[in-house]
Amino acid sequence: MRQFEYKRAEDARAAVAAHAGNDAAAYLAGGTTLIDLVKLDVMQPERLVDVNRLALDAIEPADNGGLRIGATVRNTALAHDKRVRRDYRVLSEALLQGASRQLRNRATTAGNVMQRVRCSYFRDGISPCNKREPGTGCSAIEGRNREVFAVLGTSEHCIAVHPSDMCVAMAAIGATVRVEDAEGSREIDFADFHKLPGDTPHIEHELAGDELITHVTLDAPVADAGSTYIKLRDRSSYQFALASCAAIVSLDGDRIREARIALGGVGTKPWRCLDAEQALVGQPAVDETFEAAAAAAMRDATPYKHNAFKIPLARKAIVCALRDAAARAGNGA
Amino acid sequence: MSTATIGTAVPRVEGIDKLTGRARYAADFHPEGMAYGYGVYSTISRGRVVSIDTEQAQQMPGVIEIFHHDNFPELHRSPASFPEENMVDELRTPFEDDVVHYAGQFVAFVVAETFEQARNAAYRVRVDYDAESAAATLADGRARGTTEANRNERGDADAGFSSAEVTVDATYTTPVETHNPMELHATTAYWRDGRLVVHESTQGVIFARNTLAKNFDLDPSQIEIHADFIGSGFGGKLWLWPHCLATCAASRELGRPVQFMLPRQYMFTTSGHRPETSQHLRLGATRQGVLTSIMHESINSTSSINTFVEACGGSTASLYACDNLRVTHATAVVDRGTPTPMRAPGAGVGLFALESAMDELAIALDMDPLALRRKNFTEVDPDGGKPFSSNHMLECYDRAAERFGWADRDPAIGSMRDGDEILGWGLAACNWDAMRNPCDARVTLRPDGSATVHCATQDIGTGTYTIIAQTAADTLGIDIDRVHVAIGDSTFPHGQISGGSWATASILPAVIGACKAASDRLIEYAVKDGAPMAGANGDDLIYEAGVVKNGQGDQASAKAILKPLSLPSAVGDFHSDGATEPGYSYGSFGVHFVEIGWAPDIARLRARRVVSAVDAGAIINDRTARNQVEGAIVMGLGSALFEATEYDERTARPVNNNYAEYLVPVNADMPDLDVILLDHPDYKLNELGARGIGEIGLTGIQAAVANAVHHATGKRIRDLPIMLDKLMETS
Repeated sequence: MRQFEYKRAEDARAAVAAHAGNDAAAYLAGGTTLIDLVKLDVMQPERLVDVNRLALDAIEPADNGGLRIGATVRNTALAHDKRVRRDYRVLSEALLQGASRQLRNRATTAGNVMQRVRCSYFRDGISPCNKREPGTGCSAIEGRNREVFAVLGTSEHCIAVHPSDMCVAMAAIGATVRVEDAEGSREIDFADFHKLPGDTPHIEHELAGDELITHVTLDAPVADAGSTYIKLRDRSSYQFALASCAAIVSLDGDRIREARIALGGVGTKPWRCLDAEQALVGQPAVDETFEAAAAAAMRDATPYKHNAFKIPLARKAIVCALRDAAARAGNGA
Repeated sequence: MSTATIGTAVPRVEGIDKLTGRARYAADFHPEGMAYGYGVYSTISRGRVVSIDTEQAQQMPGVIEIFHHDNFPELHRSPASFPEENMVDELRTPFEDDVVHYAGQFVAFVVAETFEQARNAAYRVRVDYDAESAAATLADGRARGTTEANRNERGDADAGFSSAEVTVDATYTTPVETHNPMELHATTAYWRDGRLVVHESTQGVIFARNTLAKNFDLDPSQIEIHADFIGSGFGGKLWLWPHCLATCAASRELGRPVQFMLPRQYMFTTSGHRPETSQHLRLGATRQGVLTSIMHESINSTSSINTFVEACGGSTASLYACDNLRVTHATAVVDRGTPTPMRAPGAGVGLFALESAMDELAIALDMDPLALRRKNFTEVDPDGGKPFSSNHMLECYDRAAERFGWADRDPAIGSMRDGDEILGWGLAACNWDAMRNPCDARVTLRPDGSATVHCATQDIGTGTYTIIAQTAADTLGIDIDRVHVAIGDSTFPHGQISGGSWATASILPAVIGACKAASDRLIEYAVKDGAPMAGANGDDLIYEAGVVKNGQGDQASAKAILKPLSLPSAVGDFHSDGATEPGYSYGSFGVHFVEIGWAPDIARLRARRVVSAVDAGAIINDRTARNQVEGAIVMGLGSALFEATEYDERTARPVNNNYAEYLVPVNADMPDLDVILLDHPDYKLNELGARGIGEIGLTGIQAAVANAVHHATGKRIRDLPIMLDKLMETS
C-alpha cells in the first residue's frame, strides 16, 4: 500500500469537488474491491474520496414505476428490501448468492457496479496485463483460465469475466445509472455502462473524469413475471460464478409473452441475451424451447484452454433459470 | 473427590480466552520499540538476482533498513535433523546467495517503523533477475529426471501380479495443496541480554528453539520460543521457515524488536505445501478376491532446495494381507518452494490411490467393495510381521456400514436417485500409524489446592490444553478448574511437537508421571518436622483427591503441609521415555462411507452424508476428538471436490493464492457428518490407551468420494480434485 490522501465528503457535490484535480483519485465506498487491490499494489490511487456519508442510502419508488437505489445502499439492505423481494426477486437472489455475508454487509450498489475483475494475472501486479498496463499483452489467454474467465465478449486483449452477480440481475431487469459531476448529471443506460474489452480493456465503463455514480434506477418490473437467479459453481457459497443466469419470464397461458435473460460468469460484461429472448416470445414454455434459447445464447461463445465447459454449463444455467422463472410466472389471465 | 473427566466431553479450557480475545497469538505481542518487517519476494521461479536497487525505497518515510544478500548477516544452516529436533524443510537460509529457487522466495526484507511504511517501501525495491525457464509441474520435473527415494518389497510382486486372475492397473494424480490456517505465519522477535526471545506461530517450540540455536550459533538455553496460542498449522508450522530467521536476524542487527507476518499470498509459495503426486497402482487378486500382489509406485514434486518425500505408500504396506508387495517412492524437482508435511502426509493422498484401486478391483471382481476389504483384513501387520496392538477395523466396518445403511446399496451405476440428484455410495478404509515419543512434564501443587502443569508442547487448536488439564485433574483427584496448564514455552520441560498424531499418546503419560511425582513430594513434606504428619513413615501415607492421608483417618491438605514448612509448592518432574510394549505394530484404523449427490441438470456435485467409524484407542475427550475427525473429514471433502493450488505453466507462479479462489469447503458444503469413535483402549501404547486422532480422518476420504462418484456416474476420476467439469458431458 502506498501513501494516499484521504478526504471524506458529506454530499455529492463536495465529493466531486474533492475528486477533481487528481487523475489518480478514486471514490471509496464499501472498499471491498478497492482496498483489496490497493493492498496488493494493483491500484495506486493518490487520493481517496470517501462517499460513505453521502445521503445516498435510500431505496425509493421511481417515476418510471421502478425503484431508485442510492449508490451507497449496501448489498444486504438491497437484497432484503421488501419491494425488491416482491418485484425483483431475481435481484435479491443474485445479491444473496454473491460474496459472503460479511462482504455483502459492506459492499455498496455503486461499488458493485464498479467491481473489478478477479483475473489472477491482473491481480498479481507482475504478469503482462492489458487492463493493468495497456499494451503488455494478456497472460490469461494462454494461461490458467478456468474459473473467472469469459467465453462471451472476449477479445485477443482480455478475457476476464465481469464478476458481479448483482449486475447480471440488473442487466436482465433493465436499469439506468445516474452519474454526477461538477457540470451536472446524466443517465447512462445500464446496458451501455460496462464496455467490452475490445482493444482497450483498461477502459471498463462509461464514467468520465470526476463523475460519481449517485443512483441506479431499475426499470418497472415486467408484469406478472416470474424471475430467478441460478448460479453454478464448485462450492456452495463464497465463489464467483462459473456460469450464472438471471431470467425473467411472463406468460400468456402456456406461451411466453416476454423473457429476459442475462448471464454471469461467462461474459466480459454483464451479458444480456437479446436474440435468445426474442426467439422465446410466443413459444411454449417447455424445456425444448428453453434449450433452444440456451443454444442461441451461447452460439457465439469462444472457449479457451480451461473453460470450454462453461459453454454447456451456461446452457444448463439458462434452461434451469427459464424453467424456474416460468414456473413462478402468473398465467397472464 | 472430583468427578473423572477423561472420556467425557469437557469443553475446551481455553475456549473463553479465545472467544473474548484474551488469547494472544504471535503477532499480538508488541514489545516496546518494535519495528515491522515486510518481504520483497522473487517474481521469477528459477535464476539469479542480478541487482537490487533500494535507493528509492530507502528514502521512503519510516524505513530503517533493507536487507538482501549483499548486506544480510551470515547465518548457519540447520543440520535439519529430526532426532536432534532441528528439522527444517527449507534447508537454505534466507539471502545466503543470489540464486532464486522459486517464485515467492525472499529477495529482500524491509524494516520500517510501521507495517504500512515497510510495505510501501517494499513495493519500491527494484530487482533485476536473470531468469531461466522453470519446471512448473510434476510433468515438467519428470522430464528433467527423477530420483528414487526408497522402496519396500516383500515376496514377488511382479509374479503375484502376472499370475493374478483379476488385476487393476491405474495411475492416480493429486495436485499441490497449501496449508491455509486462519492465522498467518508470524514472528515477533527481540534480543535481551544476549538471549533471543521469539513469539512464533509454531507447532514445535523445542524444534524452533533448536533450529534457531543452529542458525545463530547459540546454545539452546539462550533462546526462548513462545507460542501460547496458534491459529492452527496443519503441518505448515512444524518447522521454521525463512521469515523467522530473517526477523530474528533483523532484530539482532537493528537492536530492536521486529515483527513479521507472512501475507496470505506468500503462504502459497514460501512456507511449504503438500506436493503434487502421481501414483501407479497395480493390484492382483484371485477370482475370490484374495490379494496376490500390491504395487504402489509413487513420485512427488520436490524443490531444488530439499528432497521431500511424500510417503504415499506408507500405509499401503500394512493395510491388507498380501504376501507380494512393492512400494516405491521417487521425487522430481519442480521450481516451487519446498514441500512440507501437510495433515496426514503420505496416506492422505496415498489412500486416495490405494482405496480407489480397491474399488476398481471390487468392480472387476463383481464383488461388494466392503466384502473385498473384509476378505483381505489382517490382524498381523504384514509389514514386519508383528501383530497389531489393537485393531478393530472389522468393528469399524460393521458399525459404520450399519449406520450408513450400506446393505441397501444397489451396485448398478446411476441406479439410486433422490429427486433431481443421482446418488452415489462409496466407501474407503482409513489408517494412520500410532506413535509415542519421549516427553517431560512438571506438576506444581500449591497451598491453595491448585496444580500447574508445565510442558514445552503447544496447542494448535486440537485440544491439548484441555486433555492435559483433564489428565492432571483425574490423576490428582481435583477439579479441572483447579488445574492450570502452562505450555507453549520452550523453557518448560522438554515436550513434543504437535504433529504426527502422537501428541496425546506422548504427553499424557508424562503428565501422569509428573502428577504422581508431585503428590509423592507432598507426602515427603507431610512427614517432615513441623508438618502435620511429622514422624510418620511416608510409605504408610497415600495421596488422594488433593490431600495426604494416613491409615487412621487423618488427612492434610497441601496448605496444611506446605504452610508450616514455609514452602511455596510441591513440585514433581517426570520423564516419559516414550517406550511402548515391544513386539507389536501400532496403528489406528477406520472407514468412511460417503453419499454424494450428482445433479446433472445443473452439474452440481456435493457430499450429502458421511458416516465414519474410527478406532483410535481410548477417547480422552469426546468433544475435541470428534472435532478432530470431523475437521479432517471436512478437509478431505475439500481435497476430494475442489482444493488445489493451481500454477501458471509458464511462470510456475500460483494463480489462486487467496481465500476467495483457493477453494476449501464452506458451511454450505457441509454434509451430515456422523462419526463413530470406537473407544477401545490400547494399553500397550500407554497407560491411558489413547492413540492420536488428528490425521486419520483425512486418509481415505477422497477415495470414498471418488468411489461414490463412480457409483453415481460411471466415471472413474483418478485425478483430484473432482471438479464438476470432469463429470460433465463434453459437448
